[in-house]
Amino acid sequence: MSATGAGAVVRPDREAQARLAARRTRRNFVGDGAMAIASGAALLIVLAVLAIILVDILHNGLPRLSWAFLTQEPREGMTAGGIFPAIVGMVQMVILMTLAGVPVGVATAIYLHEYSSPVSPVTRAIRIAVANLAGVPSIVFGLFGLGFFIQFLGAGIDKVFFHGQKVYGQPALIWAALTMAVLTLPVVIVATEEALRAVPRELREASLALGATKWQTVMHVVVPQAAPGILTGTILAVSRGAGEVAPILFTGAAYFLPQLPTHLSSQFMSPSYHVYVLSTQSPDVDATKPILYATVLVLLVLTFTLNMAAVVVRARMRRRQGVPA
Amino acid sequence: MARQKRSSSARITVPPARPPKLTLAPAPLWHRAAEWTLRVLAVSAIVAIVLILVFIAKEAAPIFYSAAVRAEVTLSKMWVPQLWPGYDESASIWQPVSEIPKFGIWPLILGTLKITFVAMLFSIPLGVGAALYVAEYARPRTREILKPSVELLAGIPSVVLGFFALMVMATWFQDWFHLESRLNALVSGVALSFAVIPVIFTLSEEALRAVPRSYVEASTALGAARWQTTLRVVLPAASPGIAAGVALGLGRAVGETMIVLMASGNAAIVSASLVDSARTISATIAAELAEVVFGGAHYTVLFFLGTLLFLTTFCINSLGDWAIRRMKRRLGATS
Repeated sequence: MSATGAGAVVRPDREAQARLAARRTRRNFVGDGAMAIASGAALLIVLAVLAIILVDILHNGLPRLSWAFLTQEPREGMTAGGIFPAIVGMVQMVILMTLAGVPVGVATAIYLHEYSSPVSPVTRAIRIAVANLAGVPSIVFGLFGLGFFIQFLGAGIDKVFFHGQKVYGQPALIWAALTMAVLTLPVVIVATEEALRAVPRELREASLALGATKWQTVMHVVVPQAAPGILTGTILAVSRGAGEVAPILFTGAAYFLPQLPTHLSSQFMSPSYHVYVLSTQSPDVDATKPILYATVLVLLVLTFTLNMAAVVVRARMRRRQGVPA
Repeated sequence: MARQKRSSSARITVPPARPPKLTLAPAPLWHRAAEWTLRVLAVSAIVAIVLILVFIAKEAAPIFYSAAVRAEVTLSKMWVPQLWPGYDESASIWQPVSEIPKFGIWPLILGTLKITFVAMLFSIPLGVGAALYVAEYARPRTREILKPSVELLAGIPSVVLGFFALMVMATWFQDWFHLESRLNALVSGVALSFAVIPVIFTLSEEALRAVPRSYVEASTALGAARWQTTLRVVLPAASPGIAAGVALGLGRAVGETMIVLMASGNAAIVSASLVDSARTISATIAAELAEVVFGGAHYTVLFFLGTLLFLTTFCINSLGDWAIRRMKRRLGATS
């Protein structure tokens, strides 16, 4: 490309130079075009896949979706009626999961960002653990729930309080919720820490200069500022918890229950598990198909709404704090 | 004034007026207690990881010492092909529920590798390509719409992707390619790639955008065209981040359960063909654990598979995490 360098001493061959420039322009035109087209095509394919999935599920699920579908029990071997018990079960599970998981996640994030020194081995170990926890396969969480919560904790509780009678030593709402709480822990930690990082240092310094203790500063100045981030993390965790199936396969989900869960030790129905069982083990796929599609649509609308809400909350938080999105 | 100064420098012993003693009231005791609570809760992530490993390994351990379990299955019976009665040559066969239970693990490993391969084959070019477009070509306004749109894919529960693959894609693929088995490694691999793409996309996009502007400016000033800059400067600079995305995506692909459970056909056969039905480790655990005897050989083997899965993904993810840290350090130091 620097052919002109050697020829500059002698009289430059203007015609050759022009030819070279033209060829280079042409090549760059082709190169730039190919690059843009190839990467644009990749993006288009990804978006098209997303659109096809959404359109197919909307198209097939919408006709069956109604208020009655959301508020009725399933009837006639899941071929008629609605998914009311599944929705109730999911809500109960998600509430328990949030109560158990979010406080721990928020506490971890506060400790990591406000108290610990970034170079201490404990901090680094926590960070590595969080990153790895996020990557543990969901089916392994299912095994963990079975091995730890049910076989160890549940059976232990039964031995001590129920004289060996099986109450907690079997799949139950509480165990599914706790398993899911462990699974969603990294989501809460990461979102909360991001929010804490965005709180300006001056606020902390001002608070400390006014004589507030560290704890008062954290609780009354920093955490309120980071509240939207905590909310984002909670929403994302709920969205994840509502959609996952593998962790609740052996820890509490049931295919059909005649009554709603009443105790922590009851089993529960969940729309996500419902989709899995109906689509793989139904004796009559054609009869259950409309219901199946409608359930998938409910699940999808739920998770998308939650994710959108998280995006909006986060964007508003960033704008308020003047950090460009 | 000047005299005063000199005298002070000559250190005549005039003790300076002592400032009033300012001390903060000590923080109430419960503040310290609360802070200790925080500290204890903060190690929960470490505790969780350790408990996961301990408790799944604990359920898998009888394979090493329990006589009842070892009568049916040992490590060598799992890994080394066996000559089973009724077969002409030794083979690795997964048939846990039969007269002679067979726990040959290779069909499952092969199935996992096949499906993961298909998923990565699709998701690496698509994820990195889409990230490249969003980071390099899209205007800021468009980017703010495009990025969350692609990340919507991450919000689709895997059971929904599995459902879509099972009900819709499987039929399409069979019609297009005239496949023998409707559910196969190809269908589930492609569906799995939809779950992996957002992982690769998000990390690659972040890495591409973290490349300092000065790199691009320097390259342009040296006369490089835009595509040359992208290909030879931006992509290499962002490569640790992209590699991290690929590693985390790989971890996701290996461990993902519901999609492969629903769309792969779940036949534990040894076959190199991508259009044959396949069975993965994760799907095997999900499909079989509900029906086994607690503490039996089958139960133990399934937990052993879980431990294997955990350790594999743990290594892959640690690698990815390490790459992310390295990228942050590297780009942080240069910008």
